[in-house]
Amino acid sequence: MYDVAILGAGIVGTNIARELSRYSIKVVMLEAENDVSMGTTRANSAIVHAGYDTKPGSMKARYNVRGNQLYEDLCRELAVPYKCNGSLVVAFNDEEVATVKELYQRGLENGVPGLELLNREQTLALEPNLKETVQGALLAKSAGIVGPWELAIALAENAVQNGVELRCNARVTALEQIKGGIRVYMDERSIDARYVLNCAGIYADIVNNMIAEPTFELTPTRGEYNLFDKSVGDYVSHTIFGTPSKKGKGVVFLPTVHGNLMLGPNSEAVPGREMVETSPAGLEFLRDHAANTVKNMAFNMVITSFAGLRAKPKNGDFVIGETEVPGFINVAGIESPGLTAAPGIAEYVVKLMEKLEGGLEPNPNFNPRRRPPILFMELSDAEKAKLIAQDPRFGRIICRCENITEGEIVDIIHRSPGAISVDGVKRRARPGSGRCQGGFCGPRVMEILARELGKEITEIVKDRPGSFILTGPTKAVKEEQA
Amino acid sequence: MKKYDIVIIGGGPAGLAAAIEARKNGIEGVLVLERDRELGGILQQCIHNGFGLHIFKEELTGPEYAERFINELQELGIEYKLDTMVLEVTPGRLVKAINTEDGVLNLQAGAVVLAMGCRERTRGAILIPGGRPAGVLTAGTAQRFVNMEGYMVGKRVVILGSGDIGLIMARRMTLEGAEVLAVAELMPYSGGLTRNIVQCLEDYDIPLYLSHTITNIEGYDRLEAVTIAQVDEGYRPIPGTEKRYECDTLLLSVGLIPENELSRGAGVELHPLTGGPVVNESMETSVPGIFACGNVVHVHDLADWVTEESRRAGRSAARFVKAELAQGNGLVRTAAGLGIRYIVPQYIRPENVEKQVEIYMRVTNIYKNIRLVVRAGGTVIKEVKRLHVTPGEMETVKVAAKDLAGISELSVSVEEV
Repeated sequence: MYDVAILGAGIVGTNIARELSRYSIKVVMLEAENDVSMGTTRANSAIVHAGYDTKPGSMKARYNVRGNQLYEDLCRELAVPYKCNGSLVVAFNDEEVATVKELYQRGLENGVPGLELLNREQTLALEPNLKETVQGALLAKSAGIVGPWELAIALAENAVQNGVELRCNARVTALEQIKGGIRVYMDERSIDARYVLNCAGIYADIVNNMIAEPTFELTPTRGEYNLFDKSVGDYVSHTIFGTPSKKGKGVVFLPTVHGNLMLGPNSEAVPGREMVETSPAGLEFLRDHAANTVKNMAFNMVITSFAGLRAKPKNGDFVIGETEVPGFINVAGIESPGLTAAPGIAEYVVKLMEKLEGGLEPNPNFNPRRRPPILFMELSDAEKAKLIAQDPRFGRIICRCENITEGEIVDIIHRSPGAISVDGVKRRARPGSGRCQGGFCGPRVMEILARELGKEITEIVKDRPGSFILTGPTKAVKEEQA
Repeated sequence: MKKYDIVIIGGGPAGLAAAIEARKNGIEGVLVLERDRELGGILQQCIHNGFGLHIFKEELTGPEYAERFINELQELGIEYKLDTMVLEVTPGRLVKAINTEDGVLNLQAGAVVLAMGCRERTRGAILIPGGRPAGVLTAGTAQRFVNMEGYMVGKRVVILGSGDIGLIMARRMTLEGAEVLAVAELMPYSGGLTRNIVQCLEDYDIPLYLSHTITNIEGYDRLEAVTIAQVDEGYRPIPGTEKRYECDTLLLSVGLIPENELSRGAGVELHPLTGGPVVNESMETSVPGIFACGNVVHVHDLADWVTEESRRAGRSAARFVKAELAQGNGLVRTAAGLGIRYIVPQYIRPENVEKQVEIYMRVTNIYKNIRLVVRAGGTVIKEVKRLHVTPGEMETVKVAAKDLAGISELSVSVEEV
């Protein structure tokens, strides 16, 4: 029997797994998809929020502020891209100026450091591409940006290296109370665990209802984004929010840790838990917002659009804690600021486990670091030459847009959890994230995946198991083979 | 640091022609850097014929056309490096590259020829809404899979965009047993060559829907269906005109973008309409000693024109190295008049024009029975009649050296006969 089974390997599950790996307990992380970070974690705003807009006293406020404090060290330990770029909430009329002042007060109440109210001139000095009609802004110096799926993958890698077992393609189909624990079914397979942590993201209410009282409900809420080319990545330097209204937090201008710019999200309740299509109305909404906030947004520099789903809890706050079923603990409804809050939540969950267990034995072999990823282009000429001499595959650029070498791709395929799909490679090493969107490197990445995994190239998928790319050999090749 | 007279970036049709011409003009130290595993560039995946009609007066396939230049390059003993990626070109013509054998290469070039070609515009760039399943890819990527790797990319196909690669792929997929259901084109005319519309669509009864676009993409893992709709004059979909096609593949042939990241790094001025370097009569960019040719300058419809333009670049780079290229006092600016989208070159230095200079241009719309009128200042210096011009086909006009004397602007416009 496992001590703990974590259901879901998104940003919440992986943070908890890594925190639990500090202790000598037997932990398994079960992920429904074929890779970690496949849900909300891979399509969100990538913001480390300061914490001024959460309701004082709420779980959101508590874990947001705490998570923010933990982020920089966490990302440094795991060699994950993170930048403290600060955020602005910009106001364009008197009503919005009043709201911004309220946010400032609320931030102070939540214990957010580094808040400052700016007038029009100060705001424009920081962000000259804002429209001249801006009235003022709230500056939050502690806000940052992160690579969300890179962090989840790094956390999973570090957790695995410290003894956590990760099983992908393990979709939970039923839960059953057994003596001293819970049985977790994945179709005909099952495992037993003393504690089950429900970190199933957008499916967490469904998982809860498999065993516990249906005390909460999640609404899949879609957010659409545009991703812009790096050539306009410095259009803004802070994360820029519109003033929140009854309609929601509003659209955000989002510099990314890799030097791109994103715009989004809108917010729309959708009936399905896989409804990640972008919509004409959604993309137009983003465009209109941009036109009202900044000067001359270069929409011809969009390289892709995408959508993600947030697990919006009906009651408005995170659902974290024990249930009436002994050992079944919910970590659910983790919508925004969930990415920021996740390290804080993990810290809390470990404390809860310590309390329930009457203390946990430290893992004497715990290593907080993983082998840092190789970032070839960030090396000096001498270091580059040395690496190529050791392994010539670092001399071969596969992704021309982001200058990613074959050596880096091979490295991330053989890590654990390693990449098994084209998108899996993209999430870890970025080929295909650039302006050609994989047009040139896609075939080469498939070739490398097939070779390294000992598969036929026709077996290599874009992402999930059904996302096949090639349908078979051409007539000429068939004749040759015959 | 190793020194070369001329470093050519790219070993496709442009780079090959420039290298050969530079050598034929007496330059010894010529080096071609190619990022792919073989020379020839995109020609190697263009296994259809239609290449060489102008240069060789015969019809060749892409690989055959490339082979002639590769053979000549090798016969001339021109040095080249494959699998070599250029990371940086400086205004002072330092070229930094890496490959598996040399590691990091730092080269000082007497002249640089930029011949990196272009890349395909993607789905994201044109903001098509919908899901992001497998099975949505650019026509050129599909062409590489089918013609070079030997794998099919789908069975039921819709194509967006009627650029030449899209048209060629409609026929190729059909010949491979796939069903091509429709080609949708946003513009009221095709961006491809007329001969490709006839030979690749009409001959196979594939419908071409002009003024149509994709309004939805369905599917989570693999593409399941797309919806196309007619657009109004503002290119907005007209409700009620939607047609839904169940298909597993969507090919995009929605334009090519000159690949100028290196040029930008070298401080080369780019033209907003061509997307490529601003060049003069010698195919020299705004940075002295850095030349450019082929699709990196502007997107060509025929490889033959790339060859012609690149020979000019190679010849000029040789003259630059030999200090024979006049820096010139007189500078004639070319100007796109009514009905002309852009003109290449953007500048002409008359001292470097021996007998005549060829100027390339694209028209803005389809016109019938027109004249291309060339004016120097306000004076008409040349008129050429055309029965039919289309944005998909490049137009060429030759201007005599004598007509360039003492003028500051040369304009071309489309006018009624």
